Formats: sequence, structure tokens, C-alpha cells
Amino acid sequence: MLTALIVMAVLGLVLGAALGFASVKFKVEGDPLVEKIDAILPQTQCGQCGFPGCKPYATAIAKGEAEINQCPPGGDEGIRKLADLLGREYKPLNSEHGSEKPKAVALIDENVCIGCTLCLQACPVDAIIGAAKQMHTVVVPLCTGCELCVAPCPVDCISMEVLPENVETWKWKYPVFRLQPTTERKAA
Amino acid sequence: MNALRKLFGFHGGVKPAPNKDLSTREPIAQIALPERFVVPLHQSVGGTPRPLVAPGAQVQKGQRIGAADGNVSAAVHAPTSGTVLAVEPRIMAHPSGLAGPAVVIAPDGLDTACERDPFLWRSAKPDEVRDFLRDAGVVGLGGAVFPSHLKLRAGREHPMQTLVINGAECEPFITCDDMLMRERATGIVRGAAIMGELMQPREVLIGIEDNKPQAVAAMRAAVQAAGVRGMEVVVVPTRYPAGGAKQLIRVLTGIEVPHGTRSTDFGVQCFNTGTAYAIWQALEQGMPLISRIVTVAGNVARPRNFEVRIGTPLAQLFEAAQALPDTERYIMGGPMMGFRLPDLAAPVQKATNCLLAGSPALFPPPPPEMPCIRCGDCAKVCPADLQPFELYWFARAHNYGKAQEYSLFDCIECGCCSYVCPSRIPLVDYYRYAKSEIWARERDKASADGARTRYEARLARAERDKLEKAAKLAAKTAAGRQKAEQAMAGGAAAAPGEAAADPKKALIEAAMERARAQREAAQPKNVEGLSAAQQAEISKAEARRELARQMADNKEVPPE
Repeated sequence: MLTALIVMAVLGLVLGAALGFASVKFKVEGDPLVEKIDAILPQTQCGQCGFPGCKPYATAIAKGEAEINQCPPGGDEGIRKLADLLGREYKPLNSEHGSEKPKAVALIDENVCIGCTLCLQACPVDAIIGAAKQMHTVVVPLCTGCELCVAPCPVDCISMEVLPENVETWKWKYPVFRLQPTTERKAA
Repeated sequence: MNALRKLFGFHGGVKPAPNKDLSTREPIAQIALPERFVVPLHQSVGGTPRPLVAPGAQVQKGQRIGAADGNVSAAVHAPTSGTVLAVEPRIMAHPSGLAGPAVVIAPDGLDTACERDPFLWRSAKPDEVRDFLRDAGVVGLGGAVFPSHLKLRAGREHPMQTLVINGAECEPFITCDDMLMRERATGIVRGAAIMGELMQPREVLIGIEDNKPQAVAAMRAAVQAAGVRGMEVVVVPTRYPAGGAKQLIRVLTGIEVPHGTRSTDFGVQCFNTGTAYAIWQALEQGMPLISRIVTVAGNVARPRNFEVRIGTPLAQLFEAAQALPDTERYIMGGPMMGFRLPDLAAPVQKATNCLLAGSPALFPPPPPEMPCIRCGDCAKVCPADLQPFELYWFARAHNYGKAQEYSLFDCIECGCCSYVCPSRIPLVDYYRYAKSEIWARERDKASADGARTRYEARLARAERDKLEKAAKLAAKTAAGRQKAEQAMAGGAAAAPGEAAADPKKALIEAAMERARAQREAAQPKNVEGLSAAQQAEISKAEARRELARQMADNKEVPPE
């Protein structure tokens, strides 16, 4: 009886120590699920989802506080990926948060710009360069198209331009076989 | 020696009708200078070259007009002497039919070459030779247009064993390498010898398919005449796609280059015959890559090969070969791998090896696509040892991850699978679609990762700014307090009142004292020599000011 108790107690201590050691040694920093969700989100940092950035939205999804269909830039494909990752039901994009649009970038009309720096402060990804009373310009490859700079501009000199396809970004189309009307059957 | 060489086979492959006889009956012809040259800047794998000329500039034949953008890029040159009319986007010979940056040149008809110092490549360092080739715009002329200087580097860990010169030219209709070997074998052999000098392989093998006996004879004679040691012309059996780099390496050396590795890891490198010729021209003739041999065949009255300057409009070639009136489409490349040209205004590029005119009789429209019957014929012919039917299902279902797991990017788009498919499924179209979708996603992913990094850096910066501002403010307050304490200590004897007890009060007092002093220091200017009327006005204003001050003090309006 006593032996059994001692054995169990020692076993408990050893296992407890092992678990305790493991929890310190293999501690996971942050929530890996948040990272995974964040990797799917398009990182436009536009705030259309109602959160101040992609990471906060990812955190809210991981906690179950937000739906997966609140990200218009991620589009339908993003929602499907999130649904796959989280095992949740697919939902079409919630139109309250906006609609899916082709990717556009901000363009500053440099003749109108007064150099107020308001758009510089609004840009979440530092894609606008300029200084006070100096002309500002958008670094096109860095712009995520979040549109956050459009509203603060006091002279309305920022417009969103859809980027045209070029030889580098052109994609082969999905092969579709076009049915051709035959005249033979009619003749027969 | 030849008879003793053991050749190997590669998996799969097909034997389409070669159709090569028609375009080899006549020698290579020169194409007249066109009215306008349109030289696209982006003609090779890698970065788009930066334009070096502005509209209005005079250029000479062979003058560099686009400088390589970084090391993975190759320069472009003026094909003739003339005036630059514009540097603007022009339609390119690309399946998209989209425009890319190009230099438009009006030839002056003189065709004067620009003067250049001879480059002594034998005494130059290998890196200098490679830089020279990059600036001479030499790229792979077999169709992949990969900058050659990057390939002329032996693997670090693996010494070069075999240098393969690819003269197999397996695709139907195309005969540009065949004619080049027949007519300019010496240049090719010399170019191959230069590459041998640079890479120091144990042997140089020139692989030619056995349906080109004249090319084989010409090349053998040239090798014999040049007397290069270790160089040998090897005849390989005709089977499409024996001219694929990996397939030819397999046939000649028996080495199968596995997924995710390069042939240099096994001491083998492969170049096209046209590239060897271009390297010889660049290093020994001082002529950068400004022309290439192009086969014009198919539905034309006079199929033949032309030596064409890069930038010549495609329409001029079809005119020279006399395209027949029932031609309804134009193809760049061969019938297996080529693509339909959206516009004949596009120019000849470094990648243009063959132009085909198509008619409904020659290339009948594809019959309707039927469902896959899982016969496995595509897997039997795939020279890359892939499972085309699996790739097709995944590409069709937009399941790109799975397609990549099945090595979609090892597909060389040779078209064997589509050729044998009994259901006439355009399999390669699906692979191209899936590949370009995956590339687009990778681009998006890279830009999203960049955006995330910048966003996080911005948040960190905002946080740091806040802390710095707070620290600055705290330091300022502390400094002020210290000053006040000092003042207090000094003035303690003079005013040991209640003010001295509180440093904050003292601070406020000191600030008020400063403000008072400042106010008193501010004296009105221009008060000398005023007229009586001005003086009266000033006293009126002073009176108003005094009234306002009283109002502020008493907080009530005095009766008027």
C-alpha cells in the first residue's frame, strides 16, 4: 500500500517537473494562430474590417470576436483561406465593410499638392514621401491601396488609380473552350 | 570514338512530323532595313534595362541603348545607325499583346557601326569577360533568353565536366539553328571553344539530331579544322523534345538533373548553338547581339531563314516570305510551344526563333475539349517525368498548392501531353494558367510581407517618438525645477516668504517675471516726430486699451 503511494507520488513529482520544464523551455511566444491568420490577410492596413490594422483583426478572429468575412481587399479567396484554416463555414463578404475592388494605388496630383504632410501621417505603410511645404509623392510599388490618404487631403489631390496590366504581371487566362454554333445539324 | 559513345534515353517524348525540309532549301537571307526599328528594352529574363538614349539622339549600329539593370539582366543595342524617335511603350511579341518600354529608331540607311576597342578576352579576368558579355547583350537564343554571362560560371563545388552545345533543335518547322550550323559552323565552334576556355570542362559535346546530316557534316568539319581538344559532335536520335536542356544532357551524359537542382551541380552546362555564335561575335568580332536567325515557315510561299536585326517589325518577315492569303493567324515559336501573336506590329526580339503563318488547313482549329478519361497517355510521353493528368486536375480546380506539390514548375511546357491527349485537352494552357497564377500570388505575398514590415516599423517608430517626447518633456521640467531651486536658494535670504517654500510657485513666479520683463521691453516704434492728429489718434487708442483693461479687471461694463 505504502509502496504504491510512494510510487505514485514520485511519478507525479517527476512528471510534474517534466511538464513544468517543458512549459518553460518550449514556451510559445504569441499566438501562432494569429500569425497564421495575419499571413492570409492582405496587409493593406486599411481598417475596413473595423479594426485598426490587419494584426488586430487577426487577433480578433483568433479570439472569435470577429467574423472572417470583413476584409474586402482579401476578397473571396481570402475568406475561403480563412475558412479553411479555422474550420469555419464560408460566408460571402459582408457588404457593410465594403466590396472587392481591383487593386489600385494612390496617385498625388503634384500640381495641386500643397505639402501639408497630412497624407504622410495617414499612410500606414510609409509609402508616401515628402516633407512640410514640399511636394509629396506616392512610391507606387509600396502602396497597398488602402485609401486612407484620400480623406485627409485638404485639397483633394489624391486619386486612386487602378494599375494596368503589364507584360510582367500579365496572367494566362483560364482555358475556356468556346462552343461554336454548327450549321450542319440545321442542314440535316 | 563516335561509334563508341554510349547515348542514353529520356523518358517519354513524341515524334511529330518534322516539316523542316521546306525552310532549309534556300540559304539564310538578309532582311532589308525596315522603315522603323522598335527595340524593346525588356528582352531577357531579369530586370528591364534602363534606357541610355533620349529622343532625338543619334545612335550607331551596335551602340548600347539600354544598360543592364543589375547583374540578372542583359543590355540592348541599336540594330543600325539612325535617330532615336521615341522611348515609349510599344507592343511586344508576347502572348498578352501588351506594350513594354521600347526605343524607336529611324534608320539613316548608312548602317555605320560604332567604334569599339577590341576586347582581349584571353588576357581578361573571367569576371570581366562575363561583364563584357552582359553589356554585349548576349542571352540564350534557344528561346529561354536567360542572360548567358550568368550561365558561364562553373559551379563552386563541382568542377565542370561537360559543356553541352545544343544543336538538337527538335521542334517541328524550326530550322534556324540547322541553317546556322550549316553556314556558320566555324563561328559556332569558336564560340564553343571560348566557352570551354571560360569554364574549363573536360569535354565539349555538340548534340545534333540525326535529321540534320548537313549540319552534322559542317560542324564536324569545323571542329576538325579548329582542332579543339575534347570537342566532339554527337548525333542524337530525333525525338521531340530532345532539344530541351535537361533532355539533351540526359541523352549525352546520362545525368538526370533532379527537381530543385541545376545541371551545374553535376558539372554540366548547356548552351544553344546560336548563343555560341553570339558569344564568338561579341568577343572576337566586337559585335553585340543585334541580329539573329529567324525561321519563317508554315503557310508561306517561300519558307526560309532570315538574318534579322532585333527590332524589325514581324510583318516585314511575313512579307519577305510571302505569307499566303488564307493565313488567319501568326505564331511565334514552333507549333508545339509557340504562342499566337496578337499583333504583327510587334518587333523581332532576341527570343524570336521561328515565325509560323497558320491557316485552317495547316493548323486546324482544336476540336472540342472532352473530359479526361484517365488513360495516362500524357504521363507516358512526359519528358520531365511528371504526371500531367494530376497537374491538369489541380490546375483546373485552382488547387495551386497541390499542383506545386506535383512539381508543376518542372514542367517545360513542351506540349507532348497535349499532343497525345485523346480528349484533346489543352493541358499546357492549364499549366501556364496555374504557373502565372502562382507567380501572381507570390508577388502579392512578397508585397504583403513588405507592407507588414513597414507597418510594424511605423508602429514601433510612433511608440519610440512618444517615449522620446515624454522623456524630453520630463528632462525640461526637471531642468526648470532645478533652476528654480537654485534661484530659491539664492533669493531665500531676500524673500523667505511663503513663495520660497514651494518650488513650483517659484517657478511660476519666475515665468511671470520673465513675461513682465518681456512686455516692458517691447516699446512702440515710430513714435518720434508725430503730427498732432496722429498723437490724438494714439491717445484715443490708448484710452480704449485702458478701458478694455479695466473691463477685464472689473469684469463689468462701466457706464458710458
